[in-house]
Amino acid sequence: MNNPVLCIFRKELRSYFGSPIAYIFITLFLVVTSYLFFMDYFLMEDANMRSYFSFLPWIFLLFVPAISMRLIAEERRLNTIEVILTLPVSDWQFVFGKYLSALAFLIISILLSFPIVIVLYYTGKPDIGPIIGGYTGTVFMGAAYLSIGMYISSITRNQIIAFIVTAILILFFLIIGLPMLLFSIPSWLVPLFRWMSFFDHFISVSRGVIDLRDILYYISVIFIFLILTYNSLKNRT
Amino acid sequence: MIEVENISKSYGNTLAVDKISFSVERGEVLGFLGPNGAGKTTVMKILTCFFPPDSGKASLFGHDIEEHPHEIKRLIGYLPENNPLYDDMGVYDYLNFIADIRGIDKSRKQKRIAEMVEICGLNKEIFKDIYELSKGNRQRVGLAQALMHSPDILLLDEPTSGLDPNQIVEIRNLIKEIGREKTVLLCTHILSEVEAACNRTIIINEGRVVAQGTPEEIAQKAMGNLVVYTTLKGDPGDISESLSGIKGVISVKHLRTRENDRHQFILSINRNEDICEEIFMLARDKGYVLSQLHTESSFEKAFSKLTRGGIRNE
Repeated sequence: MNNPVLCIFRKELRSYFGSPIAYIFITLFLVVTSYLFFMDYFLMEDANMRSYFSFLPWIFLLFVPAISMRLIAEERRLNTIEVILTLPVSDWQFVFGKYLSALAFLIISILLSFPIVIVLYYTGKPDIGPIIGGYTGTVFMGAAYLSIGMYISSITRNQIIAFIVTAILILFFLIIGLPMLLFSIPSWLVPLFRWMSFFDHFISVSRGVIDLRDILYYISVIFIFLILTYNSLKNRT
Repeated sequence: MIEVENISKSYGNTLAVDKISFSVERGEVLGFLGPNGAGKTTVMKILTCFFPPDSGKASLFGHDIEEHPHEIKRLIGYLPENNPLYDDMGVYDYLNFIADIRGIDKSRKQKRIAEMVEICGLNKEIFKDIYELSKGNRQRVGLAQALMHSPDILLLDEPTSGLDPNQIVEIRNLIKEIGREKTVLLCTHILSEVEAACNRTIIINEGRVVAQGTPEEIAQKAMGNLVVYTTLKGDPGDISESLSGIKGVISVKHLRTRENDRHQFILSINRNEDICEEIFMLARDKGYVLSQLHTESSFEKAFSKLTRGGIRNE
């Protein structure tokens, strides 16, 4: 198959795994999350992963921008965007290829946390439903983060700026749902803020409950930012 | 093959291309010449469908650039300015990627990549990463990219910039070779490159076409006359007089005297035919010993006159 989306996907994935930074990132991600999880797992005497999923939004706050920062900013910096977009590749194919490769990288990283599940089975009798639900929700949330990251990466040539701005934007979407903040705003704004925030949509996910509305929310976020990315590609010099 | 009609493009308040029109025939190697910042690269980017013009129309193979960019992209090969490459990729991986995205069939792909490596002289480099390559070899990788699908139209934006003289000659020969079968649009600010490789030239300045034709035609149009240098042995007064007698000679100037009574003259002539033959005959008849005789290419002078003085070919 010579589908351009697939070609770009393969090339990008290759370049992720071709650099040692990818392995360092994945290792760091797994070490930090496992450490945080097992710190109190053995005290709880309860074989579930709820606490694991509940801190992932905060870990992703740094992990996802690191994955997405180079996606398009690097193409702009090296000017390779001029090569690739004058090949028989449409803007949408370019956006999808890029996005799917980053998503694949993220999913691989998440799935590599499987030893935690094994430990759960070894030490107790976990309920597999919430675990699968939690993983699914995590993937959707990460995918939404990534779409934001790719958009930011498409409007700058500088990876560091892309990283920082993405992290700030994700942080914004997280904290507008924090109870602490919701107490201090006019009450008529509360439903809007809660609806907009990643946080609220993630609470049920971390319990392993997949609500169609949450999934729909994530999918809309992804589409909005993919469209924004597509539009920002119009800006060429 | 390529038809450009009145295209304009500006970046913010700067007008980069101002109503340019030209056409390129099949099998032509067209030199696209102009000082830096004249708008050459902008025209290239418009023709490769990287961005649309603000106004005007252009088509390649009859496909309009705004209506059928996908068809055009399939048919052209493009080497952008400064030859951007993915530094972290291997040379082979990159060529493989290009072959895939160009839709080259699996059964022919390896053969085609091998051919490109051969043509572009990348045999030693094929297993290296791109960031390890020298500038000349990067340029070869860029050319291999542009030629992978043997495009009918090749657009090259300053393909020899930053190369050493040997590499320039090699790349130029390669372009000439390609130009035998393909249509090439060669964008450059190096005059000798155009003289060496192109059938026809378009000079643009400040976003407008200021001249087109062969380098000689442009020179003659811009300068009005040609210049001949000759060195003869004999009496300078006599020689000067006889040279002035040749039809078409406007002025004769005694430039300098060299050792052994040899004198160099500079002649201004206003006709196209070969005046050198007549000078040779004259020298033979009068017994002047001829030791130098050549017409100067005033293309360089024409270029600077056209691109600095701002006279237009209208």
